[in-house]
Amino acid sequence: MEASRTLLAHHFRDLDQQREAQLAGMWIFLATEVLVFGVLFTGYTAYRTIYPEAFAAASQHLNLFIGGINTIVLLSSSLTMVLAVYATRAGRRRMQVACLVLTALLGTLFMVFKAAEYTIDYYDELVPGMKFNQQEWLAQRVNPREVQLFLMFYYIMTGLHALHLSIGIGLIGVQAVLAWRGRFSPANYMPVDLAGLYWHFVDVIWIFLLPLLYLVGTRTSLA
Amino acid sequence: MSTLVSPAPAPAPQPAAAPKNYLNVAYGLKSWLLTTDHKRIAILYLVTISLMFILGGLAASLIRMELITPDGNLVEAQTYNQLFSAHGIIMVWFFLIPSIPTVMGNFVIPMMIGARDLAFPRLNLASWYIFVLGAAVVLWTILRGGVDTGWTFYPPYSTSSSYTNVIPVAAGILISGFSSILTGLNFVVTVHRMRAPGMTWFRLPLFIWSLYATSIILILATPVLAMVLLLVAVERITGFGIFDPALNGDPLLFQHLFWFYSHPAVYIMVLPAMGVVSEVFPCFARKNIFGYRFVAFASVAIAVFGFLVWGHHMFVAGQSAYAAMTFSVLSYLVAVPSAIKVFNWTATLYKGSIAFDAPMLYAIGFIAMFTMGGLTGLFLACLGLDIHVHDTYFVIAHFHFIMVGGMVMGYMSALHFWWPKMTGRKYPEGWGRLAALTIFFGFLMTFLPQFLLGYEGMPRRYYHYPPEFQVLNVMSSAGATILGAGYVLPLLYLLWSLKYGKPAGPNPWGATGLEWQTRSPPPTDNFEVTPTVTTEPYNYSQEEVPRGG
Repeated sequence: MEASRTLLAHHFRDLDQQREAQLAGMWIFLATEVLVFGVLFTGYTAYRTIYPEAFAAASQHLNLFIGGINTIVLLSSSLTMVLAVYATRAGRRRMQVACLVLTALLGTLFMVFKAAEYTIDYYDELVPGMKFNQQEWLAQRVNPREVQLFLMFYYIMTGLHALHLSIGIGLIGVQAVLAWRGRFSPANYMPVDLAGLYWHFVDVIWIFLLPLLYLVGTRTSLA
Repeated sequence: MSTLVSPAPAPAPQPAAAPKNYLNVAYGLKSWLLTTDHKRIAILYLVTISLMFILGGLAASLIRMELITPDGNLVEAQTYNQLFSAHGIIMVWFFLIPSIPTVMGNFVIPMMIGARDLAFPRLNLASWYIFVLGAAVVLWTILRGGVDTGWTFYPPYSTSSSYTNVIPVAAGILISGFSSILTGLNFVVTVHRMRAPGMTWFRLPLFIWSLYATSIILILATPVLAMVLLLVAVERITGFGIFDPALNGDPLLFQHLFWFYSHPAVYIMVLPAMGVVSEVFPCFARKNIFGYRFVAFASVAIAVFGFLVWGHHMFVAGQSAYAAMTFSVLSYLVAVPSAIKVFNWTATLYKGSIAFDAPMLYAIGFIAMFTMGGLTGLFLACLGLDIHVHDTYFVIAHFHFIMVGGMVMGYMSALHFWWPKMTGRKYPEGWGRLAALTIFFGFLMTFLPQFLLGYEGMPRRYYHYPPEFQVLNVMSSAGATILGAGYVLPLLYLLWSLKYGKPAGPNPWGATGLEWQTRSPPPTDNFEVTPTVTTEPYNYSQEEVPRGG
């Protein structure tokens, strides 16, 4: 009882009202995020429709191997996140801390792979303006400018996704520390629930990014 | 009792030790800058956007001064371009969009629904700081020359040709966009989750319905603007053609995305003003609103249709004829809910006991201006006619009728209506009416000639023009002077009333609505006891509520 009284902010009637408000707030925030990425999906779709050959050709050069590994890593992190939410509600503190730490670590692993992939992209001459071989594309009878458009969308979309993931890693990391100190309880589980919603949203975005960016046209090799 | 002179409200007797209210509960800068009280945050916004309104107005005065003569002799062409860009950017993003939601919405939404605060008070304060940061970035850039792209940032000019500070201004607008999103999010959650016992959806005041619809637009449209500005910045920095056709980009894509935000943004500006009129009309006509549910659902319908009409800004931009026809028909559809509202407000007046106090004068002004602005909007939704008047002063006059004539009138109405609640004091009624009439006629004189100018072919955004347009331009500039004087008046007498105004008492207008049942100014928690709602709003017909009570 005492704990629930300090949890309740002064302007709510009871904890249920407070929880419902927080949950609604997070869902609405995620709705705005859908629109943020929606702009990029729309722009990408427009140009893929206008320049299908260049988009297919450029997509073949992305590293599907790392992209695939990263998909598995991120989906696993969603599993550990769900378990963390369960552990918080069930009051199993050690499992909760372990799952939060695992989630943050898997997110970090994704970022490490992503950084490695960007580096490989650089050596594969896939960075317009920095390292980009126009002749190679001309030889394939593809307009390099259209390839650059695809690559711009690739970097903006995966970059924005990585930014969201980094924020998520920070959030989960802080919650892991708080969980270790015993901040959460079966009465005070909302922060972990909300972080979980955000984490899953970032995963879902990746589920869309993978086929859109890596799986255009018919692949002949993984990398 | 229809009368031009309402009896002066009797000063409410103050007890010897008046209980604390939100204004005198704490003093000092820190108690304001770290407040999470929605009423104090509303005051912070009021000060901020008033300052922005003055700055945007100064840019407009310079524009009107330049246009008195056909030759460009006051400012250079480049300066003129920077002036109208600054005017548009400041007025749209830093006055019109935040105005009623952040000031009036912040102040009255929790009180209207019987809550102690918005759902997320700290987020509310954060959104003010974000807004100030965005405004500071934009003002700082404007002092260093600003941009010359207009408020629309059309590429390829904005991405490849303009030598002005496009990126900092876009960054400032993007930052302020986050403030809009957080405010909208806060309002939606508050309306869903914070209503007092008995406050069902159909007992909500119509102001809440309008701001709910507005918030939905803020949440769903603003992220699109943020991303499209980001893409413009990326193209400017990297030089890769996301939008520039010379680099295989598609400038139409920019226009689609930009207007997907900016057309609904028009409804962000006008819907709150419609909410204000729906509050003011029943109160000053002593009548229940005519067709409550129609007015409520019309707000939602406008918000929904508003998302489907953006292509009418692009009739001459090269979209397909079928797209243009579809957008044209959908644009006509917006007239239906708008007309429902206008007819219902008018029907509310029928056999009412009308008092022409300043809030009512402004509200009537809103309907007059909104009707004219709306009907000329139909001209522009017409495919053939739009080709003739596209990018002329006809368009300028049309959207100023909606935004300044409609929206600013609604804002002034709200400011006068809730001023006694916010400050605990009455403004001087005679001065209030004078200002309302000055603004009304000043506005008509400024913008009616612009319809004619546009129809005769004067394009927008030019600093000099053929001499035959001079008479109408001088009329417009003279009207702008009257309009400016009309805006200075409230600034003076409202400030005066803070110290010398008569004490208002809890309910000077005899209005229904929970916000009038608490003290003026309200205590920090709004209500001593959480109210329980048992009746519909606006039940003025049921019993005579005395005025000046």
